[in-house]
Amino acid sequence: MKLTAYLDGIGLIGPGLDNWPAARPILAGTAPYEARPLTVAAPQSLPPAERRRTGVAIKVALAVAQEAVAVGQLDARQLAAVFSSSGADNDNCDAICKVLASDDRHISPTRFHNSVHNAPAGYWGIASGAMTPATVLCAHDGSFGAGLLEALTQVAVEGWGTLLVTYDMPYPEPLHAKRPLSAAFGIALALMPERSAQSLARIELSLSDAAPDALAEPELEALRRAIPCARGLPLLQAIARGEGGRVVLDYLAPLSLAMEIEACR
Amino acid sequence: MLNSLWLSHFTAASCLGHGLAPTLAALRAQKSGLAPCAFETVTDLATYVGEVAGVDQAPLPASLAEYECRNNRLAYLGLRQDGFNAAVGAAAARYGRRRIGVLLGTSTSGILQTEQAYRRRDPATGALPDDFIYRTTHNTYSVADFVRTAFNLEGPAVVVSTACSSSAKVFASAARMIAAGVIDAAIVGGVDSLCLTTLYGFNSLELLSSEPCRPYDAERNGLSIGEAAAFILLERPAASLDADAVLLLGAGESSDAHHMSSPHPEGLGARMAMEAALKTAGLQPADIDYINLHGTATPSNDAAEGNAVAALFGNQVPCSSTKGATGHTLGAAGGLEAIISALALQRGFLPGGVNTHRVDPDIPVQYLTANQQRAPRRVLSNSFGFGGTNCSLILGRAQ
Repeated sequence: MKLTAYLDGIGLIGPGLDNWPAARPILAGTAPYEARPLTVAAPQSLPPAERRRTGVAIKVALAVAQEAVAVGQLDARQLAAVFSSSGADNDNCDAICKVLASDDRHISPTRFHNSVHNAPAGYWGIASGAMTPATVLCAHDGSFGAGLLEALTQVAVEGWGTLLVTYDMPYPEPLHAKRPLSAAFGIALALMPERSAQSLARIELSLSDAAPDALAEPELEALRRAIPCARGLPLLQAIARGEGGRVVLDYLAPLSLAMEIEACR
Repeated sequence: MLNSLWLSHFTAASCLGHGLAPTLAALRAQKSGLAPCAFETVTDLATYVGEVAGVDQAPLPASLAEYECRNNRLAYLGLRQDGFNAAVGAAAARYGRRRIGVLLGTSTSGILQTEQAYRRRDPATGALPDDFIYRTTHNTYSVADFVRTAFNLEGPAVVVSTACSSSAKVFASAARMIAAGVIDAAIVGGVDSLCLTTLYGFNSLELLSSEPCRPYDAERNGLSIGEAAAFILLERPAASLDADAVLLLGAGESSDAHHMSSPHPEGLGARMAMEAALKTAGLQPADIDYINLHGTATPSNDAAEGNAVAALFGNQVPCSSTKGATGHTLGAAGGLEAIISALALQRGFLPGGVNTHRVDPDIPVQYLTANQQRAPRRVLSNSFGFGGTNCSLILGRAQ
């Protein structure tokens, strides 16, 4: 079993990683990594009423989704979407749990509709106008791998161009102590069935039980280990270096994902 | 085009009962399982719920104790019905533990565990209690992890969490994984359990009915929340199938791109999902004998869905929502209603919707309020959710 796609666009945001062009030399090892807090703006493509209601998870998801579409010079309305996250709007979850533990259990309608795991996908639909299929996944620490497997399955079986959007954000206390996620992070990949002028690489996925690759840079490796969607960083590092070859990504024990990468330019 | 897949084993637990026999008996009798809400500490909501009996009295075995929460208890209760346990064991022996996927839908997973833990925060530090385990209860994936662990499986696993379309969309994902050769069989379906977030959340949107919900009624005034565990073993068809074997023939997905909590007013996204399902099945609207509607009984859902059904099928196809009987089981609804559709196909009847006194004259569909003794050959089941997420499934008899 092997699943193949062309990687046409990348979106990336994380602490010290502002976007894909800025992160590329850092991942390639030609520029130093400097940790600093992540900032992300609310997407201008959302109507003002929706824009006001977006928390960090939605902002991160939409920022990387838009970047991947722009890098690949793609029409978002033609792409299916796979969203994958270990959590969702984790600030919102904490706020709801606090209200429900209080004497007045009245929660606001916006809090409630932002509590669904698929809220970022819903906002993406509103922002992009895409009426194509969009699915929203969770596999705890394996969420990046689960999203990549679903997206590549869509490309291989349906022949769709599929936008994979993975994202995480920290929980506030007291949940942070139980589920410590160190920072917000997002990776999006535009995966296409055919090679185009924009194609960065051809990637091929197979299930494996090899150990996942680590990153040499200690601070980047710490991000990879601490944040589920950052488990995709070894793939981006190979692309950043313009290298072909094999990368093994974390998935669900005992399985990992072996990726064969062939650079297109 | 979708390669047909066989629903080789399935089971459901809902407020209609534990397993297929009581579920079928309740549908035959047009009985509703909805009752006034007395769930947990909820005393201030005048609404009805579809609570599964006995969940709190069914603890997990010691080997799975870290998964203890209402959602996983409901899952475990479901897995032990109708020989499902044994069927998965046989499939694992046949295909191998890495060749069986676990793809389940849920909207809130074990969030009730966290809601209760917040009440027990340390008064001085605000810390959650030591016995609270996030990964195996709160995390959206916990129910798929639980099922994968309970069966000692080692294949791909995932939770699809697209609100109320979750456990319909798992069929589409599983079909793709089987077609791609990633797996040979999949446990699909969904588990969603009552919790405070959904009860108070739907209340905040003024979408809870104060009476048992009345789908497609002219005076419908909101939904009744239910809970369910629905499990289906999906695999390639055996070389020879019984005539009443049920197959997944098609699956269609779409997005509204319209609003977070209101459907597209003309049901455009819903229509696209139904059209896509027909296309993947290679069927025409006239080939469908019954539609199990999403039919939540909110004014806007039923109007939008009804518009979409009428645009595609006219008033020629009998349809009903079974949520008057089961309540809206949210992330488990797609799986539960696929099983109800499968029972209709196997037993040769069309389930009439309950609680609906006067069908809304502004929705021009053929809505059934009484059971019909007509044997459908192909059934379409709709599931739509918050965030504008739509999925339609088509199931059919082998012969």
